[in-house]
Amino acid sequence: MPCLLLRGSFAAAAILLSALSSAAELSLAVEVPKLNVSEYHRPYVAIWVERDDQSVAANLAVWYETGDRKEGTKYLNELRQWWRRSGREQTFPIDGVTGPTKPVGVHQLRFAGTQKPLATLAPGHYTLVVEAARENGGREVVRIPFQWPAKDAQSLQVKGERELGTVALNLTP
Amino acid sequence: MNLMIGRAARVRAFLALLACLPLVAHAHRAFIVPSETVLSTTGWITVDAAISNDLFYFNHAPMRLDNLAIIGPAGAPLTPENVNTGKFRSTFDLNLPTSGTYKIAMVNDALMAQYEGPDGQRKRWRGSPATLSELPANARNLELSQTQTRVETFVTAGKPNDGALKPTGIGLELVPVTHPNDLFAGEAATFGFTLDGKPAANVKVTVVPGASRYRNEQSSTELTTDAAGKVSVTFPQAGMYWLQATVQDDKPTVKAAKTRRASYVATFEVLPP
Repeated sequence: MPCLLLRGSFAAAAILLSALSSAAELSLAVEVPKLNVSEYHRPYVAIWVERDDQSVAANLAVWYETGDRKEGTKYLNELRQWWRRSGREQTFPIDGVTGPTKPVGVHQLRFAGTQKPLATLAPGHYTLVVEAARENGGREVVRIPFQWPAKDAQSLQVKGERELGTVALNLTP
Repeated sequence: MNLMIGRAARVRAFLALLACLPLVAHAHRAFIVPSETVLSTTGWITVDAAISNDLFYFNHAPMRLDNLAIIGPAGAPLTPENVNTGKFRSTFDLNLPTSGTYKIAMVNDALMAQYEGPDGQRKRWRGSPATLSELPANARNLELSQTQTRVETFVTAGKPNDGALKPTGIGLELVPVTHPNDLFAGEAATFGFTLDGKPAANVKVTVVPGASRYRNEQSSTELTTDAAGKVSVTFPQAGMYWLQATVQDDKPTVKAAKTRRASYVATFEVLPP
């Protein structure tokens, strides 16, 4: 009987936890900056959630040259950190993650706590990582540490210096 | 006159032979440099192999490719294409047909002898364990030494694996702890060494960065393996690096030999974090 009680309280805790995370949301605004260069190619960009040991907890988005050209995947290794942490383990395209490169501007992404890939994200401390690499251009990595799920609504942002503009992370508890 | 020319030619041939054997007769550095070390997809790479003082410049002698051993991700050997040996470097192309890690190695096992012929004249001989029978049976005061050299580099297409990284158990070898295609500036990397398959403790290891033409110092790092045969290296910046480890002992694999020198050399690419 005490055993059953214990199990009951576990279940209650689990329900409470899932109720907490069900409303949780992570939204992002990633700016691909306008660059004054003679030869411009849209950057390859990888956006992922990193654990404190730098392993990948969730791939949020990867923008690369998709389409018929097999060449597109050839340069994915130039997203060096993402490539070593996750890319080299994948087969392409990755369902719900990869997509074509994006033009200059601010790109919005939204991820519900109840859906892939965040549904399986255990509560804890993480870092949002955005890495960009551009053909005949540079490479840049920006990071925003955060707590998941957030206790209260949070707006965090970081500004890239060259290959990325402002990256804003909004967390809804 | 003919005799004179013949002798000069022999001397030249001997000098040429010396130049071909890395890390034996002089302090020149042997190296193998691939066009890429980390590839997203399967496909071709091209590889340079040379011997020179300056890293990684082709300004002294090509590396002979006679004993080239290329091991694929499943542990099976691969054959290079478009093999050429020029004045300063050897080159070849290599198709990486499957994803995983490839090891490109030059493996030499050389013997050097000094002895007295029947007439008491001092003679020299160079060969390998396979040609040991060339030495005359009546050689007196024979001094035979063995030199095992292994020059390597590593390339990974897609996901790295360790199928090609298993040691052969012969001579001085690298047993990577940190994967050799997973090296980043500012991060500590651990390399293990084995001698005849057993952990090689107390071995001197030298690490020298490439692009030596553009600085005034060698900037080399000297390390010594611990009891488990391991060293930890933190590469200060991104670039190509040359690593050498050398052992001298009295445990040659050829019975008649008294001493042995076992050398290991590798080229690594270190990426920016």
